[in-house]
Amino acid sequence: MNENEKDRRRRQRSWALFAALIGFVLLMYAITIVRVKGGG
Amino acid sequence: MMAAGEAAAGASVGDFLALLKPRVMSLVVFTGAAGLYLAPFHPHPLLCAVAILCIALAAGAAGAINMWYDRDIDAVMARTCARPIPRGSVAPETALTFGLIVALFSVTIMGLALNGLAAFLLGFTIFFYAVIYTMWLKRRTPQNIVIGGLAGALPPLIGWEAATGEIAPLPLLLTLLIFLWTPPHFWALALWRARDYAAAGVPMMPLTHGEASTKRQILLYTIVLVPVTVAPGLLIGGSLLYLIPAFTLATIFVAFAVAVIREDGYRWAKKMFGYSILHLFLLFLLLTLAKGTGL
Repeated sequence: MNENEKDRRRRQRSWALFAALIGFVLLMYAITIVRVKGGG
Repeated sequence: MMAAGEAAAGASVGDFLALLKPRVMSLVVFTGAAGLYLAPFHPHPLLCAVAILCIALAAGAAGAINMWYDRDIDAVMARTCARPIPRGSVAPETALTFGLIVALFSVTIMGLALNGLAAFLLGFTIFFYAVIYTMWLKRRTPQNIVIGGLAGALPPLIGWEAATGEIAPLPLLLTLLIFLWTPPHFWALALWRARDYAAAGVPMMPLTHGEASTKRQILLYTIVLVPVTVAPGLLIGGSLLYLIPAFTLATIFVAFAVAVIREDGYRWAKKMFGYSILHLFLLFLLLTLAKGTGL
């Protein structure tokens, strides 16, 4: 595997991790809203 | 074998997704979602979606930990040698860390969003698959997939728990159904993959007790499955939409087992393995349709 491909995969992993973290924050936010409103 | 740092640098997002065993995950998610849907009452739709997400992630986490532990035998089996760790794409310790983080995430979110009992069951399922089945039973006893099958059988109960927080006869029966379905499903595979398992040193039933004994046990399990397959239909009010097709599907499963006993090669064993997946999928689909339509 050449350096360009390794770099592309590294950037791809970084974006996936970033998206997962944003998703986690949004999920926690949405769960909190639903539970506070008594939807649970 | 590649160094850990080198393997991690070459890992793609797809490699991490492959660690979650998406094909196994899909059936787990389907049965878990069915368990949730069949519950008598439901939390907010968002929380239902969160519960299904947690079940999916927990199944994936257990799969990643399994791939970490089984990397030595995965490398020598034709069916598994292309997985990310034996291929050298993902370092073993990276896979383990990934699995543990996803496991912790799924159980914590289940506990925060739904209830403690569902979270406990989810954690227990990961522990049972990763430790009891993978690390303890798999390489020691031909009953590995019989006992270990409990891990794959629990999702309908977890789905129901997530919705109600209570244990009830119907999800327990669905758990029993998958538990009894697992041995014929895996032994049909083990019959024609026996050489693979022998190379890996996994004591599957055809290797330890012979093909004839395995085929008899496959038949026995499919026969016991008939009443267990029909019973959920009686618990949801004697739905004919479920009872008639479910009995037919269970009878076809028995017919496959008879065909496997009668054959010398593995043609019917391969067909039976494929049918077993369709069988379980259709049973849970029928249950949800029966509840949804009231027929």
